[in-house]
Amino acid sequence: MSSRQRLRAWIAAPVLALFAAILGWGFARAPAFGDFHGAYGDLLNRIAVPQRHTSNVVTAIVFDYRGFDTMGEEFILFASVVGVVLLLRAVREPATGQDDPVASDAIRLFGIIMVAVILVFGLWLAAFGLVTPGGGFQGGVAIAGGIVLVFLASGYRAWRTFGRERLLDPFEGLGAASYAAVGLAALIAGAPFLHNLLGLGVAGTLRSGGSMTLLNWAVAVEVAAANLVLYTEFLESYLVPHLPRR
Amino acid sequence: MSWALPLPVVVPLIAAAVLVATGAILPRRVQDAIGIAAAATATGFALLILAASERHDVLHWFGGWHPHAGLALGISFTADPLGAGMAALACGLDLLVLVYSWTYMRRQSQTFDVLILALGGAMAGFALTGDIFNMFVWFELMGVSAYALAGFMVEELGPLQGAINFAVTNTVGAYMVLMGIALLYARTDALNLAQIGRVLGHRPADRLVIVAFALIVTGLMVRAAIVPFHFWLADAHAASPAPVCALLSGAMVELGIFFIARVYWTAFAAPLHAHASGVRDVLVGLGVATALIGALMCLLQRQLKRLLAYSTISQAGTMLAGIALLDPRSLAGVANLVLAHGLLKGGLFLLCGVILVELRHIDELRVYGAGRRLPWAGVLWLLGTLGLVGLPPLGVFLAQQLLYEGGREHGFGWLAVVGAVASGVCAGAMLRAGARIFLGWGAREDELLSPEPDEHAPERDVSGRPLGIVAGIAIVLGLAASVVPGIEARTELAAERFADTSAYRAAVLHGAAHGDAAAHVSFSLLGVDTASALYGLGALAIAAATAAFGLWHRRLPPRILSAGARTLGPPVTVIRLAHSGIVGDYLLWLSGGALAVAAIWALTL
Amino acid sequence: MTILVYAVVAWVFAIGIYGAIVSRNLIHLALCLTVTQSSTYILLLAIGYKHGAGAPIFEDVKLGTAAVDPVVQSLTLTDVVVSVTVIALILALALDVHRQSDSIDPDEISTLNR
Repeated sequence: MSSRQRLRAWIAAPVLALFAAILGWGFARAPAFGDFHGAYGDLLNRIAVPQRHTSNVVTAIVFDYRGFDTMGEEFILFASVVGVVLLLRAVREPATGQDDPVASDAIRLFGIIMVAVILVFGLWLAAFGLVTPGGGFQGGVAIAGGIVLVFLASGYRAWRTFGRERLLDPFEGLGAASYAAVGLAALIAGAPFLHNLLGLGVAGTLRSGGSMTLLNWAVAVEVAAANLVLYTEFLESYLVPHLPRR
Repeated sequence: MSWALPLPVVVPLIAAAVLVATGAILPRRVQDAIGIAAAATATGFALLILAASERHDVLHWFGGWHPHAGLALGISFTADPLGAGMAALACGLDLLVLVYSWTYMRRQSQTFDVLILALGGAMAGFALTGDIFNMFVWFELMGVSAYALAGFMVEELGPLQGAINFAVTNTVGAYMVLMGIALLYARTDALNLAQIGRVLGHRPADRLVIVAFALIVTGLMVRAAIVPFHFWLADAHAASPAPVCALLSGAMVELGIFFIARVYWTAFAAPLHAHASGVRDVLVGLGVATALIGALMCLLQRQLKRLLAYSTISQAGTMLAGIALLDPRSLAGVANLVLAHGLLKGGLFLLCGVILVELRHIDELRVYGAGRRLPWAGVLWLLGTLGLVGLPPLGVFLAQQLLYEGGREHGFGWLAVVGAVASGVCAGAMLRAGARIFLGWGAREDELLSPEPDEHAPERDVSGRPLGIVAGIAIVLGLAASVVPGIEARTELAAERFADTSAYRAAVLHGAAHGDAAAHVSFSLLGVDTASALYGLGALAIAAATAAFGLWHRRLPPRILSAGARTLGPPVTVIRLAHSGIVGDYLLWLSGGALAVAAIWALTL
Repeated sequence: MTILVYAVVAWVFAIGIYGAIVSRNLIHLALCLTVTQSSTYILLLAIGYKHGAGAPIFEDVKLGTAAVDPVVQSLTLTDVVVSVTVIALILALALDVHRQSDSIDPDEISTLNR
C-alpha cells in the first residue's frame, strides 16, 4: 500500500464515521421500525386488487401505477448493455478453434435436464407475476440463467448456438421498444401514455391485468436478452481467450 | 397539449431500441437518419410544450392515474416554462450532436447514436418530471448512457480512466439522492413533488428533513460538478469525443443545478422557510468557490477540452450561486445563463472536434499557429468566447444582468464582481488558446500550463467545414439568446411561477390552472443596465489582460515573475495536485464535502 | 430495534464508501459500490415494514389483511436493476483497463496515464 493510500485511509475513517453519525442522527426521526402507515401504500393495498384485478400489488405498481418508472428502468438496462457491448466488443480478438468440452457424461446429462427445468421455471415465474411473487424481471433472469447453463453443461461450442450477437441484439432492442410501444399505443388511442387498453381480466388468473401482461412479457424478453448479452460479452472477452487450445 | 408531454422522452428512446433491433439489417446511413429524425421530432414537441406551458402548467398523468382526493397515485410530468425550456435545450443539443456525428463518428456509429438518443430522452424526462423517484430513474439513465459514452475511445487508457472516475463518483451521488428520497417517503408517504411539499409544509423542518435535503442536494451537486464534487468532470470531458462533451457540458451538468432549484421550491421551501439564509449561505459559498477554482484551473490548461471543461465548472458555480439566492429574478438569470451557456459551450466543444479533425491535435501548444489556414474557425472561437464573457448585449449578458440585480436585492452585490472575474479569467484562457492556435501569437512553450495527455486523431478524409457549420449554428444561437425580444420578461414571469409553490401544488394535485392564461406576452427589447454593462466590459478587460499575460508572460521583468511565483505558486500547486485523477481521492473529497454540507446544515438549520 | 435497523443502514453506507476510497482493485471497488447500494435496499424495505403484516399479495389472503408497504418494494426492484447495470459497466471498464495497462489498481493507472 502506497503512502498516499495509507493517508487516504486515515482521513477517510473519521470522515465517514462522522457522516454515518449524521445519517443516524437524522434517521432517528424516521417512523419506528415496523410502525409505518404510509397513506400511499395503504391506499394501493386496498384499491389495487379491485381496480386492476391483479393479486400481486407490487406488480400492479411496477407495471401500472408506476409503470413509467419501469420503462425508464428498462432503458437503463438497455443502455448499460449497449455500453458494455461498446466497451468489450470493439477491442476483442476473435476466438477461433477453441473449445472447452465437458468431460463427464453425468454433468452433461444432469446439466441438460436442468436447462429444461430452469427454463420452465423461468417461464412460470414470468407468467404468474401478476398473481404471485415473480414477474418479468425475475423470470427473465431465470430464463437467461437456464440458457447460460448450456455453457456449463456442454461447453463453449454448444453455447455459441445461443450466445450470438446477431441472435440476441434484436431481442434486446425489441424488448425495450415494445414496452414503450405499448405505452405509445395508448397515447395514439387518445388515452394517457401507458393507460390500460385491454380490459382487466379475471383476478388471480393468467388472464388478469390487461396491458400489464404485455408489459410483463416485454420486460421478460428484455431482461433475458440483456442478461444473455452481458454473459456473452464477458465470456467472450475474458474466459474465451483463456480457453485451452485444441 | 397534455398528450405531447411523454413524446420528447419516448420518441428518442423508442428510436434507440429500434436502432439496436435493426442493427444487422439497416445500413448505417438509414440508421443515422432515423436517429436524427427522432431527435428532431423530440425537439419539435419540446418546443410545442414550451409554448403551451407559457400560458399554464401542462400535466400528464401516466397510465391515467389522476390524483385520488389530492393523493397522487401515479407519476406525473409537470411542464412549466423553465422545465420545458430545459427539455427543449437538451433535445436541441441532442439533435445538433447527432447531425454533427453524421460525418464526425467513424466507427461504432450505431452504438453512438443509440447512447446519444438514450441520453437525450433521459435528459428530457429529468427536466419534465414532477415525481422525485421518477427523477432518480432519469438521473440514472442519463448517467449510464453518459458513462458509456465517456469511455467511447476504448483503445486508450485516458478515456477509460475518465469514464471510471465519472461512473464511480456519480454512482455514489445517485445513492445519496436515493437515500434522501427514501427518507422523504418515510416522512411524507409520497413521491410526487407537489404532495411531498404539501406534507412537509405542515411544520418546520426537523432532523430527518434536513438530512434528506442535504443528501439530495449533495447528490445533485455531484452531477452539477460543484466544488469539491467536481473532479470527475474534467477527466470525463478530456476523454469523451467532442460531441459528447457538448451534451455533457451544455445540458447534463445544468440539469443537476436545475433540479436543485426544482426540489427546493416544490418540496423544501416551506419547511426551511425560517432558515432560508442558512441554505443560501452554504450554497452561495460553494458556488463562489466553484466559480473561482474552475476559473483558476481553466487558466492552467492547454488541452482544449479540459480547458473548456473547467470553464463549465466555473459557470456551474455561478449558476449555483444564482439559484442559492432563492429569488425569482436570480432564477430567471440562471435560466438565461443555462440557455446561452449551453448553446455557446456546446458550439465551442463541437469546434474542438473541428480542430481535431483538421489539425489532428487539440493541445494549444502542439497546434501553435497551425490554425492560420482555418480563419473561419478562429472567428467562431472568438465569437463563442465573447458570448461567454457577457459583453453587452450578447450571449450571457442578460443572465449576468439579472443575476446582478437579484444579488443586489439580497446584499450579495459582490457576486457580480466574482462572476465578472471568473468569466473574465476563463474567457482569457480561451482567448489565449485561440490566439496561439489561429494567429500564432505568443510563446511556443509555456511552463505554467499543465502537461496533459493530448488527443490525437488519425489522418482522415473528413472536411471540417460541415462540422464547423453545426458548431456555428450553436454559437450564433447562443450569442443571440440575450437579444430575443421579450425573453427577459418571459423568463422572469416563468421564474416567478417556478417559485410559486402553492400554485404549483394546486395545479398538480387539484388540477387548478397554474399561470395566467391572459398574461400579456411581451416582446420588449433588452434594456441594458449601465452597471451590468460595466461589469461585462470589466470582464472583457480581465479576459484581455489574462490572455496577454498567458501569451507574453516571459517578457515581464524577472523580479516581478519570481515574486509572483513565490506568492501564488504554493496555493496553485496545492489546487493542481488535488486534481489527481485518482478515483479514491475523488471519493474522499466527495465524502468530506457531503459531511461538511450535512454538518453545517445540521448545526445551523 | 428501530435504532439497530437504521444504524445498520448508516454503517453499510459508510463502510461501502470507505472500501471504495481505499480500494486497490477496480473489481473490489465495484463490489464496494454494491455494498453501499445495499444500504438503500435496507433503508427502503425497513421503512415499509409493518409488524405482523404479510406480503402485499392477495392471492390466498383476504383483501384488507394487513400487508407491508408495496411502494418501497417496487422502488427496491428498480434499485436492484440500476445497481446491476452500473456494476456491469464498471466491470467492463475494468476489463478494458486491464487489457490496456495490465493493472487494475486505480492509483497505478492514474500514474501510468500521466
